[in-house]
Amino acid sequence: MWVYEKKLQYPVRVSKCDPRMAKFLTEQYGGADGELSAALRYLNQRYTIPDKVIGLLTDIGTEEFAHLEMIATMIYKLTKDATPEQLIAVGLGPHYANHDHALYYENAGGVPWTAAYIQAKGDPLADLYEDIAAEEKARATYQWLIDMTDDVDLQDSLKFLREREIVHSLRFKEAVEIIKADRDTKKVF
Amino acid sequence: MSNNQLREWYPFVGPFDPCPPQIVKTYVVPPNQFIPYQPMNLPQFPLNQALKLGTLWPALYSPYESKCPPRG
Repeated sequence: MWVYEKKLQYPVRVSKCDPRMAKFLTEQYGGADGELSAALRYLNQRYTIPDKVIGLLTDIGTEEFAHLEMIATMIYKLTKDATPEQLIAVGLGPHYANHDHALYYENAGGVPWTAAYIQAKGDPLADLYEDIAAEEKARATYQWLIDMTDDVDLQDSLKFLREREIVHSLRFKEAVEIIKADRDTKKVF
Repeated sequence: MSNNQLREWYPFVGPFDPCPPQIVKTYVVPPNQFIPYQPMNLPQFPLNQALKLGTLWPALYSPYESKCPPRG
């Protein structure tokens, strides 16, 4: 079970009216390497991974939901007051036709999220290397998002999220080292 | 970005390219690539700074600046 804290992991402030950026940010909401994919990938893989690293997948998977909430807050703030005309002007007309101002799990191109984005191979190395790759892809996505906005407040929150991907990637690399270690073997030197 | 995490490479520039060439391309190699397993007792950021930067560990910190020109 989870305990919910009614606050964001890191403050989200948006200081520029820029609904176009909301469309780009959607990549991290419902994209292949987005936070939803990350959270569901880790929290599902943890059942069939050696028990030494289950806790890591639980912790990081949970944090990804906190990141998802931050991305959702950014998208909501950027679109909540936009008129249909403004949404059409930035390419969100099809989104408005289908969803009004609601958020939806889709990528920046409007493709709906699919479970095919994530894998659970059952092999600990295969799963952990997918997780490492996912973190590096998410880091890259954050870099391209930071590149596309001149809103320093939005950049600030995105830089925090990017740094978390780097830390998570290292933690998964450490999990690989734990998996590789032959701990039950008696070593005689 | 002035830090040693940035790498450069120089893509081929053809004589008939339609757009002005990008002479230098860059990518970031964050510090996690050089740490297989984090050692114990590394130096730590002060807590308020750690909360802002997203990591407690200077050894894991990776700065990134926007390529978008600043406003104004």
